[in-house]
Amino acid sequence: MSLAYVVAAAMFAGIVIYTLFGGADFGSGFFDLTAGTTATGGELRVLIDHSIGPVWEANHVWLIYILVIWWTAFPAAFAATTTTLFVPLALALLGIVLRGASFAFRKYSATVAQARLFGVVFASSSLITPFFLGAVAGAVASGRVPAKGYGDPWSSWLHPTSVFGGLIAVGTCAFLAGAFLTADAARSQHLRLSEQLRVRTLVVGALTGALVLVALVPIRHDARSLSDGLLGRAAPLVVVSAIAGAATLLMLYRRRYGVARIGAVVAVAAVVIGWGMAQSPWLLMNQVRIDDAAGAPATLAALLVVVGVAVVVVVPALGYLFWLTQSERWTRP
Amino acid sequence: MIGYEVATHYLASASSDGPPGLLPAREQMALSLGWHIILACFGVAFPTMIYVVHRRGLVRDDPVALGLARRWAKVSAVLFAIGAVSGTVLSFEMGLLWPGLMGRYGDVLGLPFAFEGLSFFVEAIFLGIYLYGWDRMPPRRHLATLLPMGTAGVVGTFCVVSVNAWMNNPTGFRLVGGKVTDVNPWRAMFNDGVWLQFAHMWVGAFMLVGFVVSGVYAAGMLKGRVDAHHKLGFMVPFVFATVAAVAQPLIGHVLGLRVGDTQPSKLAAFELATTTENPAPLRLGGLLINGHVRWALDIPRIGSLIARNSFHKAVQGMDTIPVRDRPPMNITHLAFQSMVGIGTLLAVAVVVFWVARWRGRDLLPNKWFLRFAVVAGPMAIVALECGWVATEVGRQPWTVWHVLRTTDAASTSSGLWWSYAGAFVVYIGMTIGAFVVLRSMARRWRAGEMDLPTPYGPGAARVDEPAEPGR
Ligand code: HDD
Ligand code: HEM
Ligand code: HEM
Repeated sequence: MSLAYVVAAAMFAGIVIYTLFGGADFGSGFFDLTAGTTATGGELRVLIDHSIGPVWEANHVWLIYILVIWWTAFPAAFAATTTTLFVPLALALLGIVLRGASFAFRKYSATVAQARLFGVVFASSSLITPFFLGAVAGAVASGRVPAKGYGDPWSSWLHPTSVFGGLIAVGTCAFLAGAFLTADAARSQHLRLSEQLRVRTLVVGALTGALVLVALVPIRHDARSLSDGLLGRAAPLVVVSAIAGAATLLMLYRRRYGVARIGAVVAVAAVVIGWGMAQSPWLLMNQVRIDDAAGAPATLAALLVVVGVAVVVVVPALGYLFWLTQSERWTRP
Repeated sequence: MIGYEVATHYLASASSDGPPGLLPAREQMALSLGWHIILACFGVAFPTMIYVVHRRGLVRDDPVALGLARRWAKVSAVLFAIGAVSGTVLSFEMGLLWPGLMGRYGDVLGLPFAFEGLSFFVEAIFLGIYLYGWDRMPPRRHLATLLPMGTAGVVGTFCVVSVNAWMNNPTGFRLVGGKVTDVNPWRAMFNDGVWLQFAHMWVGAFMLVGFVVSGVYAAGMLKGRVDAHHKLGFMVPFVFATVAAVAQPLIGHVLGLRVGDTQPSKLAAFELATTTENPAPLRLGGLLINGHVRWALDIPRIGSLIARNSFHKAVQGMDTIPVRDRPPMNITHLAFQSMVGIGTLLAVAVVVFWVARWRGRDLLPNKWFLRFAVVAGPMAIVALECGWVATEVGRQPWTVWHVLRTTDAASTSSGLWWSYAGAFVVYIGMTIGAFVVLRSMARRWRAGEMDLPTPYGPGAARVDEPAEPGR
């Protein structure tokens, strides 16, 4: 395996983690949006605030990690992507900005009216970002980003693979968030809330599953190479994902929330890894191979140092944070 | 901000040969960097100041200090959140606006960014622990979580300034027939300019935060709220600001000497030197109009002393620089002099304060001193922004000094005006949002509320929580 592959794998690991943690984070916006009126939704919104409050900034740094590795290790491919997918990237960014700012503002706003305004912005922008990031993934995976960059600003992402990619991303985020929030609610003894979340998560999960099945047909026509990879090399992972997804729904149905959480994580991770497998050796599908896109070898080696430091410094600290948020003292409201 | 507008419009005429994306890309970069840098300063300097009051609260069992720490922590929750999102904007913009820079030199300049990412992780993780750890963790361990945050601020500043210093002093690669070879990212990261530039920026961050925060409490004392809370809230940041304000002109002077050696055209613009003069005067104020310097106050010889550390060395004039390599002089000169002027004024002011105090005269009850302390915060912000305008505009027409022209760095996309307009609206909205929320927090604190009862937060009372929480 070449140095470029190792770095690409480290970057891709970031993508998988961001999908899981960042995804659950974004998905909670869906439940915030559908929580109900100010009076009836208050309890759920407090739960969401409490669950993502301590971790959202850290979850969001994974995106920075992906971007810096990308432009440092594969600079030309990065520039090709940003110049082609300017529109969806800018809109995803807009969502990130509005969401982070209004989440913080809502928490300290003085009146319910202000909190409601910031809350609506927070919740709706939480859906914008996964959609457009999903669309970007769809564009890269269907070979719409030319190696030289400056591809068509619109048709590069307004096609079935990107649109379905975006919708699936939104559904997946909501599904992950639902599984986590249901477990959080049950653990902190908000039983009525966990019942309500359980039903909603079951619906979201079933709809997302159906969406994935429906999407297979247009993607088969629109993105042949991706589809071949998913049904070929990556098929075992797709099967794992389907089984884990179904098992998650079953566990939710039986109120086994702890296990359901693991099932949701496996289902989503498997399908994202499957996408990575289906796409390799291409960094930009059918345009640039990972080996050809790589920058200077000295830089790739230096990046591995960074990844090593991250494993030593960041992972334990992150583990401590997550451990704290799950501990009894922190669950107390 | 007005400075940026003037700057960029002037530049538009100076670089009409650039791609259509150049002007909006510059405007957007200047807006978002100029905005981010203020909040980044809080990320760099505020944890250290919170640490001092928090530690005092624990060690001396001082409820006033502990109360300050609690409030500052809540303020930092708001500031760091918008700081983080505005930083994310910059990461996207590096690619969206400057593909010519990133595509060609991404693997040369990227390494410090990668380390910067690590320091953001550390900062964000421990911020989460610190903010939510109040009353949930052993007090000492809770206090200790501020230390990694402060450290991450130092490392983060070093890393991002390292990229900028590399743009001023490009090393760690060779250009052979237009191709980048022999890349050594470590050499690029630890380029010759980085240490001084880092020191200047880091100290600048402490000046900015120190003066802004102490100014808030000075304003309170002006309104008659003179109590232990306001005195401590003023003093701790003011001490930080004092040390920084005294150090800053010295660092800046050495930094200026470097500019004279490495970037003569920039120094010429700083000094408004149209022709080489030996010894050069110090030119205060003034504008270049139709090639002639107007309304300037010249102090003979001092220019050479300040810029070159001698009475005999010349300040190289702009006439020695090829026309196509000249930066815009007026903006650079005015921005530079505003920074130096403010820096000198603030340094003198803090020295006056401490000397008076040492001689037994406390200026704190003095209304004029307090008024000055209130405006010192905005002045430090202006100085910092001017410093960046001076370096960035003074480096033109190069994005990477003598290696990459800004016209080749910018995106050639045509729709960038839309993105700039969007960014403009969003930043205005964020500024208003932050202002409204922070002001209302201060108002509620003044009204005596300790735990801010916010509508949704996990605070004490929740306005809209249903009558029976379903337990
Ligand atoms: C609170 C902010 C502040 C204050 C009071 C000063 N500076 Fe400054 N200055 C900055 C904040 C700053 C900055 C924004 O941080 C810059 C921009 C780039 C950099 O590294 O620092 C800067 C840049 C900068 C440069 C350009 C470096 C380059 O282009 O590579 C010089 C020569 C000076 N400064 C010199 C001074 C002097 C002689 C000061 C004397 C009073 C001074 N600065 C006060
Ligand atoms: C001298 C200039 C800069 C300094 C000192 C600086 C420093 C900082 C600091 C301290 C933070 C943490 C904010 C917080 O969480 O409180 C931050 C956030 C951030 N900065 Fe900057 N920054 C600078 C310029 C830039 C530039 C040019 C970029 C990108 C190209 C950038 C990218 C980011 C990013 C991505 C974040 C968000 C990290 C997070 O999620 O916490 N910064 N910056
Ligand atoms: C944080 C404070 C900063 C401010 C206020 C600032 C301000 C500006 C301004 C006004 C411009 C437009 C200059 C022009 O086009 O004439 C600019 C350009 C630029 N700056 Fe900075 N800058 C800052 C720091 C940085 C840092 C730390 C980096 C690198 C990491 C950076 C990278 C760039 C790039 C790539 C451009 C565009 C290319 C160019 O015009 O030279 N800036 N900045």
